[in-house]
Amino acid sequence: MTSEAGGLIGRLSWDAFPIVGLIQTPNANEIVANAAAAVVLVGVVVVVGLLTWFRLWGPLWRDWLTSADHKKIGIMYIVFAIVMLARGVLEGVVMRAQQAAGPGDGFLEAEHFAELFSTHGTIMVFFVAVPFVFGVANFLIPLMIGARDVAFPVMNQISLGLTVSAGMMLMVSLVVGAFSTGGWTAYPPYTGAAFNPGVGPDYWIWAIVVSGIGTTLTGINFAVTIYKLRAPGMTFMRLPMYCWTIICSSILIVFAMPPLGVAALMLAADRYLDFHFFTNDLGGNMMNYANLFWLFGHPEVYLLVLPAYGIYSEIFATFSAKRLYGYNSLVIATMSIAIMSFTVWLHHFFTMGQSALINAVFGIATMLIAIPTGVKVYDWMATLFRGRIRFSVPMLYGLAFLMLFVIGGLSGVILANPTIDYQVHNTLFLVAHFHNVLLPGVLFGLLAGYNYWFPKAFGFRLNETWGRISVVLWTVGFMLTFLPLYFVGLMGMPRRSFSWEDPSFHPYMIVAALGSLVILAALLSVVAQLWVSIKQRETTRVPVGDPWDARTLEWSIPAPPPPYNFAVIPQVTDRDDFAEAKEQGAAYPTPDAYEDILLPRNTSIGFILCVLSGVWMFALVWWIWWLAALTTGLMLVSFIAWTFRTDTEEVIPAEQVRKEHEAWLDLVRAATPVDRDHEYAPENRGLARPDLEAAT
Amino acid sequence: MKRAPTHSYPGLNLGRRHPGADKATEVVSFGFWVFLMSDLVYFGLMFAIYITMIDAQAGGPGPHELFDLTSIFAQTLILLTSSLTVGLAMLALKYNLPRSRIVMWFGITLVLGLSFLVLELRDFMAMAEKGGVPQRSGFLSAFYGLVPLHGLHVAAGCLWLVVLGIQLRVFGLTDVLMSRVVRLALFWHFLDLIWIGIITIVYFGGLTYG
Repeated sequence: MTSEAGGLIGRLSWDAFPIVGLIQTPNANEIVANAAAAVVLVGVVVVVGLLTWFRLWGPLWRDWLTSADHKKIGIMYIVFAIVMLARGVLEGVVMRAQQAAGPGDGFLEAEHFAELFSTHGTIMVFFVAVPFVFGVANFLIPLMIGARDVAFPVMNQISLGLTVSAGMMLMVSLVVGAFSTGGWTAYPPYTGAAFNPGVGPDYWIWAIVVSGIGTTLTGINFAVTIYKLRAPGMTFMRLPMYCWTIICSSILIVFAMPPLGVAALMLAADRYLDFHFFTNDLGGNMMNYANLFWLFGHPEVYLLVLPAYGIYSEIFATFSAKRLYGYNSLVIATMSIAIMSFTVWLHHFFTMGQSALINAVFGIATMLIAIPTGVKVYDWMATLFRGRIRFSVPMLYGLAFLMLFVIGGLSGVILANPTIDYQVHNTLFLVAHFHNVLLPGVLFGLLAGYNYWFPKAFGFRLNETWGRISVVLWTVGFMLTFLPLYFVGLMGMPRRSFSWEDPSFHPYMIVAALGSLVILAALLSVVAQLWVSIKQRETTRVPVGDPWDARTLEWSIPAPPPPYNFAVIPQVTDRDDFAEAKEQGAAYPTPDAYEDILLPRNTSIGFILCVLSGVWMFALVWWIWWLAALTTGLMLVSFIAWTFRTDTEEVIPAEQVRKEHEAWLDLVRAATPVDRDHEYAPENRGLARPDLEAAT
Repeated sequence: MKRAPTHSYPGLNLGRRHPGADKATEVVSFGFWVFLMSDLVYFGLMFAIYITMIDAQAGGPGPHELFDLTSIFAQTLILLTSSLTVGLAMLALKYNLPRSRIVMWFGITLVLGLSFLVLELRDFMAMAEKGGVPQRSGFLSAFYGLVPLHGLHVAAGCLWLVVLGIQLRVFGLTDVLMSRVVRLALFWHFLDLIWIGIITIVYFGGLTYG
């Protein structure tokens, strides 16, 4: 902490605004930076304007921001993730363009390029993948296990608030000051105060700390929900595969987020209070940071990909009209991956000076993870085998995943060998590898899930044609962008280079840049699909709730589900209970009796903490100490005040539940069942015709 | 599915005398337990960092110059006694003793917690006088990253005691508040456990290996 710090606005000054840079030195670099800042500002103005024009502030506040309903929180998570995804993709395109601009320096300055890869990584991992995964899980978990909400609905709201406010810091850093140039891993001593006295690493630190707290709380919430709130008869071995993957993810969150928090806070202590955890002098040791970061970082990738595996498991079963093959082995494989993911972190820094023996141990441990993953791939293929397969959008994503993910996984096994790693470490080969597992693995999985469960959430199907266009664009875009990077990586091109000289890289760079444009088109096609689907929603409604002849509990209720999810908590007797019930003609039973239902009341605590934590982070980044102290106090006071609330639940009377449920049951009886050949026809109102032959 | 009637969540269970609160506590207490386990990883890592940095004294003062075992002994006694008093508050709750009894044990726990913090701060100030500040060396950074983190938890526990004490006075023994007492007791015992780790690893370990 330097002595000139403090004052009313800390170290904030006019130089922090990018427009000043543009006026002083107008060049391509400044234009890109200002365009990015302008997009953020215009985005805010447009959103505020639209909300005001359509008079939506009231509904937004009452129905969404203060809601503790897990379904709405899930949807808000996904909206946030998609907004951040747009920024992450654009940054990717700019980076590809910079490297394709030919041997030499391109059009960006080195500093700016470093900011781009730092924000791109931070955003894609913490503010796209994580919230997207959490959004889907939030929406699905209670529906799949037969519960009315998650275990801690208000904490759920707070988690969302903290994640969003942390993500907003990355947006603010576009307009005020600059983000870190230290990559998403923010290795000290480079990110320490000695080499990087600016605000960049501080933006990174606080965004990571605050979103990390949100993530940890969500992990606790999901774990407790699945352990304690399962419907009667829903034993562990009857859980949908997706729930198993979320249990494993939650375990990973609970145990793997602390190392990240510890690392970031220690870095903060170094930067703000002149501690010596990771400095070059006075006994600091940066290897402690590398170990802590990857102690989190490796479980993190499984935390993201396991839920995607879960989504694929549900999709392969449904669109093959078969039971999931090898359920037990999939459960064991998932749990094995979760546990083994804690034993491999060192493979992220084989070249940082350990003994050969330690490298070998971690290399072998890393290769071992390929075994349970292989089990999964074979189980999925066996699920497809002799199924009645429909090549629907989620299924197409699944098939693209199966083929591409295996390539990504195998390149991981190559990297796990320390001797090879010495050759390709820190090259674009690595970049190709992790994009190869994260795009076809996580992103395709989430998009597949989005297409699959969208009708459950909103009551109408997404447009099939645009969906297929999307699949093609994502797949082709991915292959064009990232497969060339394997080759240039092997040729020795380092990652994160803003300039390069070897002309033989050039053709690959151009292909990759074209690929990134295809990915941009893919992102636009997702928006187009949503737009078209909303326009056509009257012809694609599925109020009965089961458009795909699916197998798990969430499909046995209306689409969209009522706030209380289940009129009567179901009694589960089998794995794939709903599929079993349909086969025996016992689906959609009329309950004998209804009971009053207790639901959490709306509360604004999540929103309050979201705003306050945002201001708190901003104050810390800019050394505005009075504001940081004030917001700390306000957060404490508002939280304590919230604990004094006694009236936290509202009652939905049994009579109202009965009326709504019986109206829906009438709808079920009136609907015409459709077979699988007419899944995308307007007559699919969500009632599936049992297809006995293929169901076994 | 039958569950054991007397022990369905971590810590001392409220049991048959408080069926409503007992049921409400089951899920929340489990959740709190998971949180504590996550917190335990925080401490575990800080212990690990401390162990790797015991030698990183960079010519600055080390454990032998800085640690005052008499004060640590007093702090240990105080903190362990406070764990007893918070346990007595739990027992008073479980066996339906008057509410004032619970608040009294809370009060005594609070006094003990604050005395612990005062002694700890005095130690830090004494260390600082001998040049033992976190800016001096990696070893001291690790020390100040770990021990005050525990102190911060004790301070948070003290704040919780005050807030919960007030709530007990205002609302009486509602199910929600009883369930909070259970969790506060869990939290307080957890702090004790961490302290045992601190005297063993930070102080004894530091004096042995530093």
